[in-house]
Amino acid sequence: MSLVDALTETDHDTDKTPISERGPAPVEIVVAFGFWLFLLSDIVMFSALFAAYAVLSGQTAGGPAGPQLFDRMNVLIETGCLLASSFTCGLFTLSIEARNKPGAYLWAAVTFALGAAFLAFELTEFTRMIAQGAGPTRSAFLSAFFTLVGTHGLHVTFGLGWLLTMMAQVATLGFQPMVVRRLLCFSLFWHALDIVWIGVFTIVYLGAH
Amino acid sequence: MLGKLTWNAIPFDQPIPLIASALVLVVLAGVAYIVLRRGWFPYLWREWITSVDHKRIGVMYVLLALVMMVRGFIDALMMRSQLALAADGAPGYLPPDHYNQIFSAHGTIMIFFVAMPFMIGLMNFAVPLQLGVRDVAFPTLNSVSLWLSAAGVLLVNVSLLVGEFAKTGWLAYPPLSELAFSPGVGVDYYLWSLQISGVGSLLTGINFTTTILKLRAPGMGYDRMPIFCWTALASNLLIVAAFPILTATYAMLLLDRYLGFHFFTNEAGGNAMMYVNLIWAWGHPEVYILILPAFGVFSEVIATFSGKPLFGYRSMIVATLAICMLSFMVWLHHFFTMGAGADVNAFFGIMTMIIAVPTGVKVFNWIFTLFGGRVRFTTPMLWSLGFICTFVIGGMTGVLMAIPPADFVLHNSLFLVAHFHNVIIGGVLFGAFAGYTYWFPKAFGFTLDERLGKASFWCWLVGFYLAFMPLYLLGLMGATRRMQHYDVPGWQPLMIAALAGALLIALGIFFTVLQLMVSIRTRDRRRDLTGDPWQGRTLEWSTASPPPAWNYSVLPRVEGADAYWGMKQAGRESRDAPADAEWEEIHLPRRTSVGVVLAFFAVVAGFALIWHIWWMAIVGGIGLIGTGIAHGWRTEHEEEIDAETIAETERARRRATT
Amino acid sequence: MQIDWPWHSGVLDPQGPIGAAERIILFNATSIMLAVVVPVIVLTLGIAWWFRAGNTRAKYLPDWSYSGHIELVVWSIPALVVLFLSGICWIGSHALDPRAPIASQVKPIEIDVVSLDWKWLFLYPAEGVASVNRLVVPAGTPLHFRLTSATVMNSFFVPQLGSQIYTMAGMTTQLVLQAGKPGKYPGLSAQFSGDGFSDMRFTLEALPADKFSAWVAEARTAKEPLDAQGYATLSQPGTAPPGSFKSVAPHLFETIAAGKN
Repeated sequence: MSLVDALTETDHDTDKTPISERGPAPVEIVVAFGFWLFLLSDIVMFSALFAAYAVLSGQTAGGPAGPQLFDRMNVLIETGCLLASSFTCGLFTLSIEARNKPGAYLWAAVTFALGAAFLAFELTEFTRMIAQGAGPTRSAFLSAFFTLVGTHGLHVTFGLGWLLTMMAQVATLGFQPMVVRRLLCFSLFWHALDIVWIGVFTIVYLGAH
Repeated sequence: MLGKLTWNAIPFDQPIPLIASALVLVVLAGVAYIVLRRGWFPYLWREWITSVDHKRIGVMYVLLALVMMVRGFIDALMMRSQLALAADGAPGYLPPDHYNQIFSAHGTIMIFFVAMPFMIGLMNFAVPLQLGVRDVAFPTLNSVSLWLSAAGVLLVNVSLLVGEFAKTGWLAYPPLSELAFSPGVGVDYYLWSLQISGVGSLLTGINFTTTILKLRAPGMGYDRMPIFCWTALASNLLIVAAFPILTATYAMLLLDRYLGFHFFTNEAGGNAMMYVNLIWAWGHPEVYILILPAFGVFSEVIATFSGKPLFGYRSMIVATLAICMLSFMVWLHHFFTMGAGADVNAFFGIMTMIIAVPTGVKVFNWIFTLFGGRVRFTTPMLWSLGFICTFVIGGMTGVLMAIPPADFVLHNSLFLVAHFHNVIIGGVLFGAFAGYTYWFPKAFGFTLDERLGKASFWCWLVGFYLAFMPLYLLGLMGATRRMQHYDVPGWQPLMIAALAGALLIALGIFFTVLQLMVSIRTRDRRRDLTGDPWQGRTLEWSTASPPPAWNYSVLPRVEGADAYWGMKQAGRESRDAPADAEWEEIHLPRRTSVGVVLAFFAVVAGFALIWHIWWMAIVGGIGLIGTGIAHGWRTEHEEEIDAETIAETERARRRATT
Repeated sequence: MQIDWPWHSGVLDPQGPIGAAERIILFNATSIMLAVVVPVIVLTLGIAWWFRAGNTRAKYLPDWSYSGHIELVVWSIPALVVLFLSGICWIGSHALDPRAPIASQVKPIEIDVVSLDWKWLFLYPAEGVASVNRLVVPAGTPLHFRLTSATVMNSFFVPQLGSQIYTMAGMTTQLVLQAGKPGKYPGLSAQFSGDGFSDMRFTLEALPADKFSAWVAEARTAKEPLDAQGYATLSQPGTAPPGSFKSVAPHLFETIAAGKN
């Protein structure tokens, strides 16, 4: 069996019918495909928020602009937390595939802690800005900033809630196929949040002018 | 305790909404009484409300659309009669405050709660059957989608009695829709009902894209898929790509209104034109979300009733996908008069015209499908022929307005109103009715009365021309849209003609209702025992009418396009299977109440947010999250239909047809 | 006897060069498309009727569903029409760009337009006067408008002169029109703007040059000036009868357009 065959899974497949004619796909594929579509739609929603930010980023209405407000060191550590959590989420996925419960708990806990740390940094930044009088009602730029970054933050919050729920599911239901499918969807979701954050980091923080 | 909600929210001083709401409440109470009195509720709950069967969900979507069509149409009659009266200084009978709510509600309802559920309903019913499978990819999610749409409908209708609806037009352009200019709850009703139903639409888009791409009967490659499935695929891809933009846009407006943000305000650097751009980045694809499935229906109907395969099947697929792509590149033509430069305007004008190419190809292919056929003038066929003749006129006026300098004098006029009714009535609505009469026998096992169906068609067709041709003329005379009164006496005769047209359409709706009642009453005479009343070509006609819950006792094997036609030509019928065939048990998704419970909490949360009743909004939010989490522990997702039940069903079918 | 057909106030009865050019585009584009649309309708009905199931003389081709030649033709016809119309679109968009100047010997007159709830304010910066819901202009002279809104969005439109354009708060749009001959032409807002929208009408009065000067002189004798207080009163929501102001506060338009009113 050649490597290419192994990757494309055609070796043991004597069925010569094209994939599109083989009938309904198995449930794992259907669920993953549907969840990819959801992630795509979520990214479309973020693109609308990015577009709004791009249009309004210069509209400070006499108020503070990005460079006066952003603490890049803070954001860098924050970003490090999220990227690291993506890595630990990958280890989490490996534990699931090995059906290794303690490993799954461990890496879930680390992922959760890193995600929570990210949120803490973000909330600190938000409260500091609001205290400085640079809240979302100050200018169109700040409205767009808080909405874009805040929506990502809400996604992370949702992700943390989801992770907790999934751990409760692992504890009560074990690694049922249904639970495993959901765990894999969660990891897709968590990685997608990383990709969105890289956009936020580049456009909002590094691109601040 | 109740936020902004007081007794003043009930419009005691306005008899029209008061009486209308009272009537609705009486009808609802009557229906509820009959249902409870006769003990129908457990049946409705078990078999419909909690059903995850795509066919039943489809039927409920269409029912929702038909009911809301009556509501939206009453709004239309009120507008037309107001304008027939309010000439030359006369104020008419609807003050601006009320009139503005009516045209906003009319547009919102007709697009979001009539056209959308009608098309989604038809897709729900027909797509899995045409694909030769037993259900959609995510049946539970499908039920959630339906009930979230219903939640949006409920909120819109509550606004009739409690508070007010938006007075901003159906797209609620800021700054008019901002708190500074619309301090009432009308815009909030608009935003929350559409946010809630929009989530439902998005989930439908994901569900059907997955279904069509991943769940097809063995042998059904992409080049063998019925054309309706192709158009449904294009439409659902557009939903996935466009609805999130709508959600984001409405979220920004909500933040402006609730938390004092400045996305679209006149102050602090807000930019109202950004809303206009974003909303049309959703809005133009939305037009194709509605019309593409209608094109699919016409393709099926014309091929079936011509007794021929669709002409240029591959060309039709290319055209469908081309429209799908192009629809995202034309949004600016909705506001050429914004003052953009000539290059930008010309670019978007030309992109818009390019859409006319694949659309024109479709029209020609339909004509060549008729050519050499044995055309049967049934009701669905009449709707289709009426569509071709009407739609090309609407397309022509559309291309006309795609030329920026022409649009400079036609924009926002009654000419524009005539144009989009020309394509939406002549395209989407005719398609919806064609699909409704075409698939009705499949859904219920008996055909609809042809005579009344044709009467309805002629009323709609003539009524449409009588109602909207005068509006084209009025637009050319300088009459603008959304005006509540006018001072040119010469416009009045045309306005009265338009009212007469609307009344004729009302007669058409009456015939549709009558057709349904008469057909149910005489159903025993009009049973479809073969499952194939029209000499159909696609798989849905190979199973019984109505199909069993599992659609197909054995998944069909597809060996070409027009799969069922091919089987019939080869002398092979699914019901010809040997009587002693070995049937295998089938697993079907179990019914669930999660959809209706989520929708309940969505209504609670939406209503609370509209009226600023914060504690209640928290209750609704906790309800939504709690229901979602609790649903996660549901482990029994399927129920088994045993082989004996299937065998008995098949035997019964064979007995009935022989 | 002359019948006053109502289209004598509409876009098919243009009274200036912009409107006239736009009418030509309307007619040309419609004729080109009708040349395809009418045959399509006739063909649809004709073919459907000829191939009706009861017609034994019609040939039945139950499997005929593809012809490369026909496909080529059905893609070509709409493509050619669109190609042709695209030419009209590109040239027309540039020739009739709302801000493009009109070639004329006469120097354009500057007029600033502000949409208010629910009335139109016209400022004449060179003449130093202003008017409400009554737009007096010299006939035969290019009119250069700068437009903005002090409230929600509106659209400034005089159907018989041609192009409309949005008025938007915090933004300035430009429009050039010209009235060919003296006359009174109805104007309106074409973008819904709230309860008073239907009354947001004005009359454009095109006067011969000497009569226009006389009107300016007369306006300078009006009772009220449009100072800060006058503007504050005027900008309250409500409709207003036509009227004029004898003077205008300095930089009023720029202040409004900057969104700082």
